[in-house]
Amino acid sequence: MKYLVKSSVAALALALGANAAAAEGKLVLYHWFEYMPQEVLDKFTAETGIEVTMDTYDSNEAMLASLKSGAIGTYDLAVPGDYMVAIMGNQGLLDTIAEGELKNKANIAPEWADPAFDPGRMSSIPYQWGSTSFAVNRDVYSGNIQTTDILFNPPAELQGRINMLDAQGEIMAMASLHMGIPQCSSDREQLKALNAMLQDAKQHWSSFNSDTAKEVLVSGDAAVGQIYDGFAAKAREEGANVEYAYPVQGYVAWMDNVVLLKDAPNRDNAIRFMDFLLEPENIAAVTNYAQYNAGVTGVEAFLDPDLASKPEKNPHANAGPGIFIEVCDQQVQAVYDQIWTNLKK
Amino acid sequence: MASKQFDIKSYTGFKSITLLCLAVLYAPLLVVTIYSFNASQSLTNWEGLSLRWYADVFTGPESAKFKSAAWNSFVIAIIAATLATTIATLAATAMVRGGKFRLRTVSFGLISLPLMVPEIVTAVATLIFFNAIGFDRGVMTILLAHIAFCIPFAYLPISARMQGIEDSYEQAALDLYATKRQAFTRILLPLMMPGIISGFLLAFIVSLDDFIITNFVKGAGVETLPTAIFGSVKQGIKPNIMAISTMLLGVSVVMVTISYLVGKSDNTK
Amino acid sequence: MAGGAASGGSANTDTYKEARTWLLLPAWVTLSILVLAPVGMMLVYSFLTKEFRGGVVWEFSFAAYDQFFCDRGLFGDEPCAIEWTYVTIFWRSIWQAAAATLLSLAIGFPTAYFIATRPERMRPVWVFLITIPYWVNLLIRTVSMKFLLRDQGPLNDALIGMGLIDSPLHIVNTNFAVQLGLFYSYLPFMVLPIYAAVERYNFSLSEAAADLYASKFTTLRRILLPAVKPGVIAGCILVFVPSMGSFLAPDLLGGAKNFMIGSLIEEQFKGNAGNWPFGAAASMILLTMVLILLMLFARQQAKAEKAEG
Repeated sequence: MKYLVKSSVAALALALGANAAAAEGKLVLYHWFEYMPQEVLDKFTAETGIEVTMDTYDSNEAMLASLKSGAIGTYDLAVPGDYMVAIMGNQGLLDTIAEGELKNKANIAPEWADPAFDPGRMSSIPYQWGSTSFAVNRDVYSGNIQTTDILFNPPAELQGRINMLDAQGEIMAMASLHMGIPQCSSDREQLKALNAMLQDAKQHWSSFNSDTAKEVLVSGDAAVGQIYDGFAAKAREEGANVEYAYPVQGYVAWMDNVVLLKDAPNRDNAIRFMDFLLEPENIAAVTNYAQYNAGVTGVEAFLDPDLASKPEKNPHANAGPGIFIEVCDQQVQAVYDQIWTNLKK
Repeated sequence: MASKQFDIKSYTGFKSITLLCLAVLYAPLLVVTIYSFNASQSLTNWEGLSLRWYADVFTGPESAKFKSAAWNSFVIAIIAATLATTIATLAATAMVRGGKFRLRTVSFGLISLPLMVPEIVTAVATLIFFNAIGFDRGVMTILLAHIAFCIPFAYLPISARMQGIEDSYEQAALDLYATKRQAFTRILLPLMMPGIISGFLLAFIVSLDDFIITNFVKGAGVETLPTAIFGSVKQGIKPNIMAISTMLLGVSVVMVTISYLVGKSDNTK
Repeated sequence: MAGGAASGGSANTDTYKEARTWLLLPAWVTLSILVLAPVGMMLVYSFLTKEFRGGVVWEFSFAAYDQFFCDRGLFGDEPCAIEWTYVTIFWRSIWQAAAATLLSLAIGFPTAYFIATRPERMRPVWVFLITIPYWVNLLIRTVSMKFLLRDQGPLNDALIGMGLIDSPLHIVNTNFAVQLGLFYSYLPFMVLPIYAAVERYNFSLSEAAADLYASKFTTLRRILLPAVKPGVIAGCILVFVPSMGSFLAPDLLGGAKNFMIGSLIEEQFKGNAGNWPFGAAASMILLTMVLILLMLFARQQAKAEKAEG
């Protein structure tokens, strides 16, 4: 009897082990939600026999937190945004790709080949780039939406019907644009004003949610949503009468990148996957699905012809500048964290 | 007389409140169950009965994820419940049949500790602990955490049952020169079976349902059903999630019903 | 709960006295390693220095507790003033949990009473009906609740359909939705202990009161309530404690814009903040509050048992 129990427990433990990731022929991907089409992963598996496991996150900060709380060494690749690549590099969370390891490295579009957040592309390859601003339901509000006032000082029709992304970086950058102050400003008066402005704006917001940023617009639960351009296009195509704004004060531009993580359990497979994503046809499939832009040359031939003409992709003539989120130093970051906590208390 | 007593006991409105209570408890579950059979892709429109979302769970694009999550959930729940029940049965024997001893209160406190500590605190503490000792997160970390918090759930029905069994059967066996071990395995354990089974089932469900702790201690690419559902649900409630929820609901109801019937059967003895 | 059947005598024996250490050993070892040691480690972490953006540096520091209790301004260089931020969050959690508890009591007490006064053979069926929803995944229940309550959800549709309201009620993303979610999550915890207490209650006391021309309400308030008070308190604690630490309800039903303790702690480990020592300290403070509450309850129970004689 005892033997029976023991051996069945052992068998079950084995069964579990067989199911765990990181065995031979595996690849463990840590990725944004609703961003990578399953077909692309299936194609990679068909070509290489490598099975891909994917976990998802909903903000750069959440991904960093998870990696730092012990997940590093269990994932092979992650997909951080520009500023987060720099942070992860500083934190020693990235592995270096040796010269010549990536066969398709030359495919990287020249303008993305040597970015400030990863000089020389030592640990990353471009994934997608796009913008973050907000979309407004035109059934609810027909006035001018090309201003950050929509988020931070909204007209009466929109008050209490705004969903913000649950992401510190995006909100702080947008708020700085709204106030016309530099990002990561260490000027005390500016920081105080930033804090006060956000406190005041919060009363008009109904929720903080990144995952449902699209869904709340489609369902009508929110009339304004801070959102990424491609996600806004999807919301519109799913039936929401929303218009994506390019405010005159400016908007957030970003580039997501596939990075090789330190202590990746399947490093070789990870490199193969990066090479796979540098092939125009494959990265174009992601672009067609997520409706952003690829950073690989020769991708145009594979793109959905409608994509370029979508309103979300075409800033109007008066649109402000697209700015990348900056990495603050530790002192300013501490103040930012304090402002963030004040915002959510 | 009878009518008078009934009168004393009953308060007007209490029955309606009870019915309201049941309505509140069941309304959300019923709504989800009904909508899981909706043929429409949209949540708001009703387009007739269909099993398409149940088919989607097994064959749709997310089916691989849900299959592996379900597999993890069930294997973890079975191992955790088995070990927790074993530990709880032994502990209950010591607590109920071990006489009075100094560490009894302390032991009881320790056993019920997972019930008293708020779940989020257990989750944080476990995460910190595994991090501090450098234990890689994965299926194993989930399993260990589950064993711990399953113990009190298994212990309570088992000890309650044991307290209901008079020791005269064991005494009779001992009088007939049975060893203590024989008295335990041949007499007490069989009598305890209903309690052990309901303890096991409760532990099983608690493990199967846990989200907060699992979410903190799970490793890369390892999902259980609740974490997989949470991952999908965060982007909005989709019909296939309702189908999974309904199935999970069915499993819970069946398990609790078995537990209830087993518990009931020993009253007939 | 411990010595529930102590009065029986013959059930609690010392038959396996010699083996009891060995019998208890697995439980001791498992729970010491998997519950006590982690809580101890959490206490240690709460006194460490935070690493920038998540993790800890092994240097002793009061910073986490200082952050909790001291407001040093936006820039962290002012003298210590009382910090209201976290007090506010704790207070909100307590308040939300209390509202959910009162709501549960208002519905749960009559329900428990009603069930306990059914014919004996029907009672387990009623109890069974009340407990089933509890065994359904909390996540699923919370999500179902959100689905039911949303602006375009079945509840609003039904109310509009019946002509009771013209435009949908905005319930989701409010404090009320969180209270409703908590109430719904833990309602069975309120019903069961009260049911157990009422079931044991000797109704001849009520009869005696009625014979003395006490009104039904007076009988309820003066005779029944004091007798079942331990059950009521137990129910309140069983609803209050998990409500206070909950994280799903504020996140899914409250729109994640008003932190409760659970979300505050979660944010330190999985979200933007990445301040482990602070998360550990907040957890310790929550745990301390809960344990004090439970100790007061235990003392009250002991007193009540003594009074009963």
